[in-house]
Amino acid sequence: MRITVTVDGTKYTDEVEPRTLLAHHLRERLGKVGTVVGCDTSNCGACTVHLDGHSVKSCSVLAVQADGCEVTTIEGLARDGKLHPVQQAFHDNHALQCGFCTPGMIMQSIDLLADNPDPDEQAVREGLEGNLCRCTGYQNIVRAVRDAAQHMSPGAGPDAERITETKHVGVGGD
Amino acid sequence: MIPASFDYVRPSTVDEAIQALASAGEDAKVLAGGQSLLPVLRMRLATPTTLIDLGRVAELRGVREDGDALVIGAMTTHYDVQRDALVAEHAALLKEATDTVADPQIRHRGTFGGAIAHADPAGDLLAPVLALEASLVLAGPSGRRTVAAAEFFQDLFTTALAPDELLVEVRVPKHTGWRAHYEKFNRVAQAWSMVAVAVTVRTEAGVIEEARVALTNMGSTPVRASGVEAALVGAQASADSIAAAASHAAEGTNPPVDSNADVEYRRHLAQVLTGRAIAAAAGA
Amino acid sequence: MTATIEPEVGKSRRRKEDERLITGRTRWTDNITLPGLLHMAILRSPFSHAKIVSIDTSAAKNAPGVVAVFTARDLDPDSSIGMPCAWPITPDMKAPRRPILAADRVNFAGEGVAVVVARSSAEAHDALEEIDVEYDELPVVLDLEAALADGAPLVHEELGTNKNALWIFDSGEAGTGGNVEDAISSSEVVVKRRFRQQRLIPAFMEPRACVVDPTSSQITMWSATQIPHILRVMSALTLGIPEHKLRVIAPDVGGGFGGKIGVLPEEMMSLLVAQKLGKPVKWNESRSETMLAAHHGRDQIQDITISATRDGRVTGLKVELLANLGAYNGLVGPGVPILGAFMFNAIYKIPAYHFACTNVFTTTTLTDAYRGAGRPEATFAIERIMDELAVELGMDPMELREKNWIKHEEFPFTTVCGLTYDSGNYEAATAKAKELFDYDGLRAEQEKRRASKDKVQLGIGISTFTEMCGLAPSRVLGSLDFGAGGWEYASIRMLPTGKVEVTTGASAHGQGHETAWSQIVADQLGVAFEDVEILHGDTQSSHKGLDTYGSRSLVVGGIAVVKAAEKVVAKAKPIAAHLLECAEDDLEFAGGKFTVKGTDTSTTMGDVALATFFAHNLPDGVEPSLDSDATFDPENFSFPHGTHLCAAEVDTETGRIKLRSYVCVDDVGVAVNPLLVEGQVHGGLAQGIAQALFEGTEHDESGTLTTGTFADYLLPSAADLPSFTTDRTETPSTTNPLGAKGVGEAGTIASTPAVVNAVIDAVRPFGVDDIEMPLTPMRVWHAIQHGTGDAGGPGRGEAGGGLGSIDATGGAQ
Repeated sequence: MRITVTVDGTKYTDEVEPRTLLAHHLRERLGKVGTVVGCDTSNCGACTVHLDGHSVKSCSVLAVQADGCEVTTIEGLARDGKLHPVQQAFHDNHALQCGFCTPGMIMQSIDLLADNPDPDEQAVREGLEGNLCRCTGYQNIVRAVRDAAQHMSPGAGPDAERITETKHVGVGGD
Repeated sequence: MIPASFDYVRPSTVDEAIQALASAGEDAKVLAGGQSLLPVLRMRLATPTTLIDLGRVAELRGVREDGDALVIGAMTTHYDVQRDALVAEHAALLKEATDTVADPQIRHRGTFGGAIAHADPAGDLLAPVLALEASLVLAGPSGRRTVAAAEFFQDLFTTALAPDELLVEVRVPKHTGWRAHYEKFNRVAQAWSMVAVAVTVRTEAGVIEEARVALTNMGSTPVRASGVEAALVGAQASADSIAAAASHAAEGTNPPVDSNADVEYRRHLAQVLTGRAIAAAAGA
Repeated sequence: MTATIEPEVGKSRRRKEDERLITGRTRWTDNITLPGLLHMAILRSPFSHAKIVSIDTSAAKNAPGVVAVFTARDLDPDSSIGMPCAWPITPDMKAPRRPILAADRVNFAGEGVAVVVARSSAEAHDALEEIDVEYDELPVVLDLEAALADGAPLVHEELGTNKNALWIFDSGEAGTGGNVEDAISSSEVVVKRRFRQQRLIPAFMEPRACVVDPTSSQITMWSATQIPHILRVMSALTLGIPEHKLRVIAPDVGGGFGGKIGVLPEEMMSLLVAQKLGKPVKWNESRSETMLAAHHGRDQIQDITISATRDGRVTGLKVELLANLGAYNGLVGPGVPILGAFMFNAIYKIPAYHFACTNVFTTTTLTDAYRGAGRPEATFAIERIMDELAVELGMDPMELREKNWIKHEEFPFTTVCGLTYDSGNYEAATAKAKELFDYDGLRAEQEKRRASKDKVQLGIGISTFTEMCGLAPSRVLGSLDFGAGGWEYASIRMLPTGKVEVTTGASAHGQGHETAWSQIVADQLGVAFEDVEILHGDTQSSHKGLDTYGSRSLVVGGIAVVKAAEKVVAKAKPIAAHLLECAEDDLEFAGGKFTVKGTDTSTTMGDVALATFFAHNLPDGVEPSLDSDATFDPENFSFPHGTHLCAAEVDTETGRIKLRSYVCVDDVGVAVNPLLVEGQVHGGLAQGIAQALFEGTEHDESGTLTTGTFADYLLPSAADLPSFTTDRTETPSTTNPLGAKGVGEAGTIASTPAVVNAVIDAVRPFGVDDIEMPLTPMRVWHAIQHGTGDAGGPGRGEAGGGLGSIDATGGAQ
């Protein structure tokens, strides 16, 4: 079936088998390898992207279901080399180790903050219950999300992701 | 990992969907939100020849009032149910239960009707639908029919839906202003309910005038805790009365057994959780 | 860039690794695509023990997109290839041949039987269903004690037994302590317990994958492995590929935790298939495949006997283990319990000690290293039994520990196992932990809740641990018959423009070595943190090493970096002296500058590097190169320690446990990067707590893994864990120049008994003295009701829960 999906601002038209998962379409056809697949049962959340403004597990969406829709992946967050506040916060707070769960974790964190711009610790933990991490024990991730919340304008989220002036990655160590 | 091949049909109306289902035959599956179906397909536990995607059938989405009932379109997402003002006012129990379903990402895609038609005994929306005495509107080639929830859920993963029928909407009698609570007990946040209790009550000056109580995962279908309901009528919303009523929770149940819970434990949990659910709902 | 002024070591530097990982510019093995790449899918046995009567691949060969279908007969016609085990722990250890694909028999559900090679992964998986295998089922072997009984069905007929090996350490015989039987029989108090270490699945987030490209001059294999160097040499030995014609690359690897220490049949298959077809091939696994096919961890039955005087002095410790190896020997699987053998005595001065471990084969997935590998099992047993002993003696459990532990002044201390702990300060860590935890306040609350028979009871769990890590002094490994050394390698290249390239033999999969090694080099050479590039994971560039596991990378690999840097400075000095026209002895090196003592005359390391590159004006006989390398063999293990305190609330009506607080004070010596240390502790705690409360494999009576997905095998999410209070004391190691100790496994090792001890402490008044892990609400509730340590009893039958129990179909993945 012929589908057109706008991913990270670019429109892609492709012929796909109906059984193709959105996650695989992104990775294999569109080269968007930032989005990864970690499980078979929609538990791990590593494949989380935004579909028409809401976080979804791209392993549980068929590419054909995304026809005519807009997708944002981890690769579509940074604007002109400037990181999204959530990306920056993950870096600042050591909220990743191996990085495999990280794209999904960041995408879901952004969605969480769109619904709840000033979450307490419990709200963050519950908002991330669909994303598994094996490395960090979650503590720094929770810190990062609350840190990002401080740096983001209220209501900012997938639909209106506003980037504040942030420092570049790699220079740090305070 | 990767589903087996299937044909894909994307109808735009209910009629088109019914036609597609009829022509696709027995080995077709209806795709609602896909949050239960996609994992099943990926694990190749099911290999349908055709998938009929209801995702663009706009008439199946949305919540509206119809006299003394709320009508919830089958393709309304959990996310939308959680935020719907009509649901909050007239069927608070649905919001309470939907809040506990899976995780945010799954709630963005999963649908009210899809979950109900899937009829997983551990699914969290079945008991509330039963407790609220909802009825399910089914549409097939010969037209529509309405089935009461008590008749709709027949066995695990089995409902009154005929192979050529679709669930199009759920009619929920208004329980305006009733207070509600869904007490869910599971091992980790992502895990299925070991036992859960759906309670909605109408209280007046600290007295429970009416109660609806149903249990999740205490049988192959949701179970109405009629003994509890009867004991609650006219009861004070006090710890003692609630405990007395809750002691009836496991009556008549045939709880399943798995590695998380044996019969003794499930029955016990049903009583404890029922007490807690009533207390939370009744504001005791 | 100016040179650093304040030291890098000790700074909580944010990571260099992050930039790519937070923007999706990742290099997972499954990302790799090459021209003409073919995809492999493996047909796996659904039966845990069966004869293979026939395999018919004809239909599969004709399936769409299929290029080839291979069985053992095709890939290994002589049946000569056996997967390697690098740790024959005894001379008579049984080592059944583990084939790359089963030929005549399958010995665990999940064992590979055939491999399909196709143009796409989907087509390869579709074709699996076309393969027809006829099996003749054989009796399964699951229970460890039954497996050792006379007349038990055998996993491997030809061995005549299910016993793989018996490994013994006895302090009396070794001369490091007394005779344990004498000690026990003459003691006033003896406590005996049986504990069960349940089987776990490492469950790294990135499923494994392997790509082999046979078309380049060196055969190139990318693999999601934590051991690229070991994999290279083992592949060469296993398949007879000339080692110098093989290049192994571990690109980005998404977690390992010991679960990616392996030489895999899938990797060997990829090498064979790629060479056979002359085309690049990829194998990647789904989660359900990895749950079954990747090795599992732990799985021991522990019989522990501890003896003591009435006033609480431990006099003897006897440990008898049954360890489940699964169907075959893993790369280091048989030795995992041995890594714990020297740790049951833990932080205590125990005069007599005996350890005996019987490794047993069963028809299950093999077990091998998983975070802590042997040491969590040991720490669990000793910390649990110390609590039981405390109850028996009527002593406070912390007081009992204090009475027996090694005092700060007594370090270095040689234990009853013959290990010498270099340094430690259990008093300081414990005092800090108790204060952060409000130990006295929580004990008071516990009393109140007990007195009022509160429905929610409170328990306090203690775990004071040490571990041996920083694997390892090569001679010790040799004495334990380990099939490799324990050194590590680093090389430093001084580039003409003043930048530095470092190669390390460590192989990070989340640990942050690029950042920490940059900090070390920045300090050693006085160059800017940003001017250092760490290369790892590719045998062509970081060509030498023994990889990452056992909390070794910093305390062995990091020290190799230090040693190499020292050599660079030593090479630079005469050149600097020549440039400055002074004697070498007149020079001091600090902050990246060689300065003539007492003057302002100096030259930078960068200047020296450039001058060396030009080589226009070097002293006679000096090679025009500052580049240096070092291979460092540690003189001892590393012995971090810590005190962990857990407060657990138990809802006695439901059995549900809530962790009210978790405090740990760990001593990992000098911390190179406290932020990274803290992250390792957090992650370790999560896994150790998960063992206590959530995780555990289940098999049905046919040996089928029924917890083969993340829907059934319960990993905690953020919503299931509390925030931890972590802190450190710093008692430097005396055996390496950084004073550092390992940290990777510490959190996992310590936390499991802290949690279990807390829960038992909460419900002890109900007559409970043990609950089997994982402490599910049902098990806790049953224990409270019946005052026993029984698990609630698993049931059979259908219950709701989505996918519920998924059988490993072995076919469709």
